[in-house]
Amino acid sequence: MVDTDRWLLPEGIEELLPPEAERLERVRRGLLELFHTWGYRQVIPPFIEYLDSLLTGAGNDLDLETFKLTDQLSGRLMGVRADMTPQVARIDASQLQREEPTRLCYLGTVLRTRPASHGGTRSPMQVGVELYGHAGPESDREVLTLMVETLFKAGLEHVYLDLGHVGIFRGLARHAGLDADTENRLFDALQRKAKPEIAEILAAADLGKTAADALAALADLNGGPQILEEAREVLSGAGEEVKVALDNLRRVAVAVEQRPDVSVHFDLAELRGYHYHTGVVFAAFVPGRGQAIAQGGRYDGIARVFGRARPATGFSADLREVLSLATDDTGPIRGIFAPCADDAVLDAAIAKLRENGERVVQALPGQQGAAADMDCDRQLVEKDGSWKVEGL
Amino acid sequence: MSEPLTIALSKGRIFKETLPLLAHAGIEPVDDPEKSRKLILDTNRDDVKLVIIRASDVPTYVEYGAADLGVAGKDVLMEHGGEGLYEPLDLKIARCRLMVAGPTDKPEHGRRLKIATKFVNSTRRYYARKGKQVEIIKLYGSMELAPLVGLADYIVDLVDTGNTLKANGLQPLEHIADISSRLVVNKASMKTKHATIKRFIDDIAQAVESRA
Repeated sequence: MVDTDRWLLPEGIEELLPPEAERLERVRRGLLELFHTWGYRQVIPPFIEYLDSLLTGAGNDLDLETFKLTDQLSGRLMGVRADMTPQVARIDASQLQREEPTRLCYLGTVLRTRPASHGGTRSPMQVGVELYGHAGPESDREVLTLMVETLFKAGLEHVYLDLGHVGIFRGLARHAGLDADTENRLFDALQRKAKPEIAEILAAADLGKTAADALAALADLNGGPQILEEAREVLSGAGEEVKVALDNLRRVAVAVEQRPDVSVHFDLAELRGYHYHTGVVFAAFVPGRGQAIAQGGRYDGIARVFGRARPATGFSADLREVLSLATDDTGPIRGIFAPCADDAVLDAAIAKLRENGERVVQALPGQQGAAADMDCDRQLVEKDGSWKVEGL
Repeated sequence: MSEPLTIALSKGRIFKETLPLLAHAGIEPVDDPEKSRKLILDTNRDDVKLVIIRASDVPTYVEYGAADLGVAGKDVLMEHGGEGLYEPLDLKIARCRLMVAGPTDKPEHGRRLKIATKFVNSTRRYYARKGKQVEIIKLYGSMELAPLVGLADYIVDLVDTGNTLKANGLQPLEHIADISSRLVVNKASMKTKHATIKRFIDDIAQAVESRA
């Protein structure tokens, strides 16, 4: 290693300096306050725990994303959390064990072996909420609305929402009797809307015409609210499961459709987290950013391995990423520069100012730099035996 | 059309063959990239810009939203891993095949095969499916040379006419995939500029249809 490389951080690992760190902390507090007013209680899961419980229900992807090490005490494998959702599910199932609806929120750093995209972060600050114990669209609606409120609270001004429902593809696949391999390949092609490949896979699968047409139509079923009506027609022969899913989606969308600061887009082929989601899925986008900046949905049954499968819905986002896209409304930093003197009256004056929430920086003997260099816009000066705040 | 669109294209064959399709959608570049040194080309429409970049960079530009749309070969997409993009349309241009090629008289040896290619991921996947462990040597060009000087046993490369192979005493041996150019779309653009993008895709689809 060359000497000059020593200060470099690992790829995808960032640190925040002032004023960014202060801005993040302010927004963080604001969000916890918002969740509080919605009735969500905060949990602080551990940064590291046994791998078995960390990988619950989320499948292979999360396994690859998790940093692992061996616990020297028990000999068991431990993982540094790459996603807090399974941790919160574990807390609901094994610690709280309530029968009533449970609303929880969390906020903390997670660590990932690989960035979600080239040049992306490996240590996002994940913020999110979970609502356990209710299976209807009303709870999805609440979580979706809270996701939108969260993004606005963090400083975004307009949000593009993308809504879908994994039950539609799942229902069609079941109705058509697809085998697991075909279903997986079709799922992969659908995520890329690769229509030529979709046509190939369907032709090879030798399905009935209605079933194949319905599956092929999915890649084009995206757009405004009229898409749901269109889907009802195109997928009319596809069975009860699909119909219920469409109704469900309609009822959830109502929550956000009328807002002027939200654009709603439906995409019935978007199956984010298909392998663990079970119902409505949603994500938020902003122009110019290829990946979703917040995502969520229903994932009933995640806590089955803890012996208590409860309906669940929630969302999460990387707070740092959201902040990088939001308008920074932080004004310039203000402060009062105080001289250094052996003076009890001065000490009292400084203490009083600080009590009132003022930022007071006291000079140190022989220091470099004046008030402005210490990020102060005012100073404390002595006049007729008392100390007064004056502009620079 | 209200929302501005940026379209990423690569110079050469893809650019030339994409132009008629764009013309069908009412888009014509003002400058010729072969003559101009500009990297952002204006078009006859104020709301459409073309950016001219390397073929293998097209998926990256589109995935991160530096361009809303792009035209990329299936070879590039297979190598890039297309999860971050939509690829709704086969433009059926710049067609060729991704193939294994090599000397015909090569005797089988028991050792691990050495394959020279710039398509590292596609090559690994192809041989993995065949149940073969191979050693891949990443090269950036003139693949045909590798078997001649003993650097590799075979090469994996795009084959169009096969003339370059023939001139160097090599033969196409195994077919890996048919390649043609695809229209790729940024995922967020598809949602935030939906009406504009959908109309563009439909126009281009029509153009492809009418040429078939």
